[in-house]
Amino acid sequence: MSNRSLSSVLKLSILSVVLAFTSNVYAEPVKAAFVYIGPTGDHGWTFAHDQGAKYVKEMMGDDVIITTVESVEENSDSERVITSLARKNDIIFTTSFGYMNPTVKVAARYPDVKFEHATGYMRPTDNISTYSARFYEGRHVIGKIAGRMTETNVIGYIASFPIPEVIRGINSAYLAAKSVNPDVEIKIVWVYSWYDPGKEADAANALIAQGADILMQHTDSTAPMTVAEEKGVYAFGQASDMREWGKNAQLTGIIDDWGPYYLERVQAVKDGTWTSTDVFHGVDSGMVKFAKLNNSMPFEVRNEASSAIIDLSMGKIHPFTGPINKQDGSPWLAEGETPPNYPDLLTMDFYVEGIDAKYPN
Amino acid sequence: MLRLIPRVENSTAMVLLSPVLALTLTALSAYLIFIFVLVDIPVSSVFFTLFVEPLIDSYYLSELLVKAAPLMIIGLGLSIGFRAGIWNIGAEGQYVIGGIAGSAVGLYFYDVEAVWLLPLMTIAGILGGMFYAGIAAFLRVKYQVNEILVTLMLTYVAVLFLSAMLQGPLRNPSGFNFPESRIFHDSAMLPIIWEGTRLHIGLIVAIILSLVAWFGIKKHMFGMQIKISGSAPRAAKFAGFDDNKTVWYSLLISGGLAGLAGLFEAAGPAGQLTPGLPAFYGFTAIIVAFLARLHPVGVLFSALLIALSYVGGENVQIEYNLPSSITQIFQGMLLFYFLACDILIKYKVVFFKTKN
Repeated sequence: MSNRSLSSVLKLSILSVVLAFTSNVYAEPVKAAFVYIGPTGDHGWTFAHDQGAKYVKEMMGDDVIITTVESVEENSDSERVITSLARKNDIIFTTSFGYMNPTVKVAARYPDVKFEHATGYMRPTDNISTYSARFYEGRHVIGKIAGRMTETNVIGYIASFPIPEVIRGINSAYLAAKSVNPDVEIKIVWVYSWYDPGKEADAANALIAQGADILMQHTDSTAPMTVAEEKGVYAFGQASDMREWGKNAQLTGIIDDWGPYYLERVQAVKDGTWTSTDVFHGVDSGMVKFAKLNNSMPFEVRNEASSAIIDLSMGKIHPFTGPINKQDGSPWLAEGETPPNYPDLLTMDFYVEGIDAKYPN
Repeated sequence: MLRLIPRVENSTAMVLLSPVLALTLTALSAYLIFIFVLVDIPVSSVFFTLFVEPLIDSYYLSELLVKAAPLMIIGLGLSIGFRAGIWNIGAEGQYVIGGIAGSAVGLYFYDVEAVWLLPLMTIAGILGGMFYAGIAAFLRVKYQVNEILVTLMLTYVAVLFLSAMLQGPLRNPSGFNFPESRIFHDSAMLPIIWEGTRLHIGLIVAIILSLVAWFGIKKHMFGMQIKISGSAPRAAKFAGFDDNKTVWYSLLISGGLAGLAGLFEAAGPAGQLTPGLPAFYGFTAIIVAFLARLHPVGVLFSALLIALSYVGGENVQIEYNLPSSITQIFQGMLLFYFLACDILIKYKVVFFKTKN
C-alpha cells in the first residue's frame, strides 16, 4: 500500500469519525410519546395507533425515540401521565377524546413541546394540533355490505359512548344499509366503555338473540368478532384487521392507518416545520383503509363495496347526501346537499329518520 | 393436612413487625419477578423508579399526594364501617353521586364568583354520598337486605347515572355534544396548597378527618359501639346498643366521606365533571382500609403506599416500557402478604395426620 493511499484512508476515517460525532451533536433524535386509552394488545383502536408509532420508528430509525404509555384512564391520572411525558419529549400524541382538557392544560405549561390530540377540537395554544379520520366513510362501505348480506334484516351495533363520532358511524352505516335494503333495521347496544371485552361480548350475544345476523362495533376489543365467529354470524373488524378472530365472520374491516400522519408530524418536529393544524382525513388520503373483502361474499356484493371504496377515495360520493331527515321527521339535508364538517358532522347528536332506537339522553 | 389454630396470645412485636415483613416480602417477590422478566434493564434502576423517584422528585411527590388524598378520605370512612361489620363495598358509587351532586351545584351557579360556592358544593357532595349509602342502610334496617349487594349494585347505577347526566343536564352547552361538563370557575375549585402543583386542600382535610376519627373512636361511645358490634354482635345487643343505629351511622359516615372525595376529585385535579370521574378509588380504598388494619390514622399511610404504587408503576411504564399491569401485580401482592402475615399472627399453622 502506497503512502498516498494510506493517508487518504486515514483522512476518510477521520472524516467519518468527525461526521459521526457531529451528527450526534447536531441532530439529536426526536423524542415522540404516545398515550393510549387501552392496552396495545386490544387489536382495535390502541393497536392501530401503536402500529402507527411502530411505523414511525421503522421509517426514522435512530432519528426517533418513542415512548408509549398504555391503559391511561380518562380521568385526572391522564394529566399526570401527559405532564411526565412533556418533561422528557418533543412531541406527544394523546390518542383519545377524553384527554382533551388535560392535553390543553399541559400544553399551556410546556410551550416548547408539541401536542397532537386525536378526535378533539380544542387548540387554544399554538403548540396543539388536532387530528381525526372520517371513519363514517368506512361505515358507509360496511353498511352497504351489511344491507346486502343480512337475511334477518337486523344489524346489531355495539356502541361505546354517545359522542358525535359514534353517532356519525351509526347514521352512516344505517343510511348505506338502507340504500341497498329498504327493510333493514338497526339495533344498538351502548356498553359505555371503549374497551371491555366482557361487556362487548355480552352485547354481541344480546344482539344476536334479538335477531341480528350481522354485527358492527364501535368498541376496541376483538370480543364481538369472536362471538360472531362462534355463533356463525357476520361482523366487521374495527380499527384493525380482526380476521384472525373471525376467519368466516369478518366480511371486511375498517382499518385506521395513522402511520403516515405520525411520520409526517414527527418529521416536521425534526425539521422544525411543525405548526398547529386540524386534520380530518378519510379514505382519499389513506387514513381510513379496509381489510380484505371476504371471498365468501357474492361477487356483486364485493363489487359494490369495491366501487364504493373507489368512489370515496376519489371524493365522488359523500355518505351523507340529502335528502335526509332527522329521526323526528324534521328535514336535515335537502336533495343533493352534503353537510359541512362544523357544526353538522362534528357535533352530531341525532339519529337519522328510520332508526328505530331511542337516542340515548 | 393443614389447619389454622387460634393463638392464645398475639405477639405485640409481630403485630408491629408484620407490615414491615409484608413490605419486604412484596419487594422480594417483585425483585424475583423482575429478574425473570427484565432482560437488558438493570432491576435496581427499575426499583429506583418504582419506589424511590416518586418520593424524591418534587413533581412526582406532589402527584403522589394528589392521588393519595381521595384514597385517604374514602378509606377512612370504610375503616369505620368495616370495624362495625358493615360492609360498604360500593364507596365507588357514593363517590360518583357525591361528585355529581357537588358539581351540579357548581354548574348551577356557573357564573357566580363567591366564597360560599365551594363550601356549598362540598356540603352537596357529602349529602349526595350520604343519601346514596343511606339507601343501603334503609334497606338493611327495614327489610334485612344485605348491604354488600345493595352498595355494589348501586355503583353500576351511579356510573350510568353519571353518563346520563353528562348526556343531558350537566353537559357543556358549547362542547360539541361530547359528554363532559363545563370547566369550573376558580371559585368552584379547591385551593392549591403547593404552588405550581395540583396538590389541593383535600390532603389537609384528610389528615384532620383521620385525627378526628381516631379520637372519636377512642373517646366517644359510638367508637365503642361500632367496635363491639363488629367483633361481638351478640354482646353489643346485650349491652343495649342499637343495631340499627350502627348500620345507619356506619353507612352514612362512609358514604358521606366517599361523596366528599368525589366532589374533591371533580373540583380538584379534574376541574370538571367527566365520565372518567370514577377512577376505581372507591374499590382501591377497600385495600387501603385493610392494609391499615382499619386504623383511622393508619389509613393515611396505606393510602400513600398505594398511591406510590400507582405513580411509580406509571413511571416504570414510561421509563422502561413495561406493561401497566405492574401496578396491579404489586398491589395484589402487597394485600396478599399483609393479610397472610396478619392471619399468621392470630393463628398458627398445625399439621395434622389424617386417620383413614
